[in-house]
Amino acid sequence: MLEASLTPAGIIGELNKNNITHVVWLPDSETNFLFEGMMADDSLELVPVCREGESMAVAAGIWVGGKRPVVLIQNTGMFESGDSIRGLGLDIDFPMVMMVGYRGWTRHGHTPDSAGRFTEKILDAWNIDYFLVETDSDVSRISDAFALAEKTQKPVACLMGAEYV
Amino acid sequence: MMNQKDALTLIEKIRGDAIVVPTMTGRTTWTEISTDDSVEIPLRGAMGKAASVALGVAIAQPNRKVIIIDGDGSLLMNLGTTVTIGGKKPANLYHFVIDNGVYGVTGGQPIPNANGFSFKGIAESSGYTAGFEFNDLEDFATSLDQVMSTQGPVLISLKVVTELDDSAMTLGTGKSVGQSFQDAKKNLE
Repeated sequence: MLEASLTPAGIIGELNKNNITHVVWLPDSETNFLFEGMMADDSLELVPVCREGESMAVAAGIWVGGKRPVVLIQNTGMFESGDSIRGLGLDIDFPMVMMVGYRGWTRHGHTPDSAGRFTEKILDAWNIDYFLVETDSDVSRISDAFALAEKTQKPVACLMGAEYV
Repeated sequence: MMNQKDALTLIEKIRGDAIVVPTMTGRTTWTEISTDDSVEIPLRGAMGKAASVALGVAIAQPNRKVIIIDGDGSLLMNLGTTVTIGGKKPANLYHFVIDNGVYGVTGGQPIPNANGFSFKGIAESSGYTAGFEFNDLEDFATSLDQVMSTQGPVLISLKVVTELDDSAMTLGTGKSVGQSFQDAKKNLE
């Protein structure tokens, strides 16, 4: 098992740098290490949802209302959220950044978990650009994702591949 | 039982500057009677996400009331959102449900367990501040001020006669959903 070195401070720093106000999320095992750090950050309001498909809709409402949300879910939840991403992301030109826990990502080619195998293929099918974030040296890609979302006025994903197997 | 248009007309009269998120058959009726679409977000076929969108708006705009005109079949597709709303407790959220027991946009097929459960009860047990149920127009008319002065989140089940509406899912009528989002965003700045 490779050692991942993706720490909450780096990620939350990127959210602060991009003036994020709300994190709409459902916990997953790849990004659960962020919870305490987000809770401790007064500039971030957490909006927990029951199912990932809600997250894009809630985030769209927050965006319409003038605040700056980010979505934080797992790739399995992204699969479940297909119609929300279509109708409440792509169709409405919502520059939404989705931080997606990359379950199944092994970085050495052999990917027995189908959640890992299908993730990039599905993003490609939706024509959604994505950035891989594995270590603290990658976190500036989160700002790249926000910049690309603003430029294209379309959803962009950050695949959080910090848990190697 | 009430007529849907009569019930929604009462809501339109007292909406003030509330932001409105209507969906499914309620969207069609609301679009007909609304006198101000500048901060409205009508959703077509959003798989039950109207309440989730409205929750987001309510969180971002805590000083304005947000009204959802939901469908019963629509809300059932995303029923967990009642618990999400109950957890966040937005004081400015008013969740009306067109409760006629059928899928009005697909031909009138019954929703699962039609008349076997209560949206009012679901709301109350999910953490809403209050739940109401009305099946008489006069009763609804005399209670509406009290409903809207109750701190949210509040769910109001409107027992209405079945009206089928196969236009609710069609594209090309009125503003696109995307344009409605963009207009509402601009007008809320």
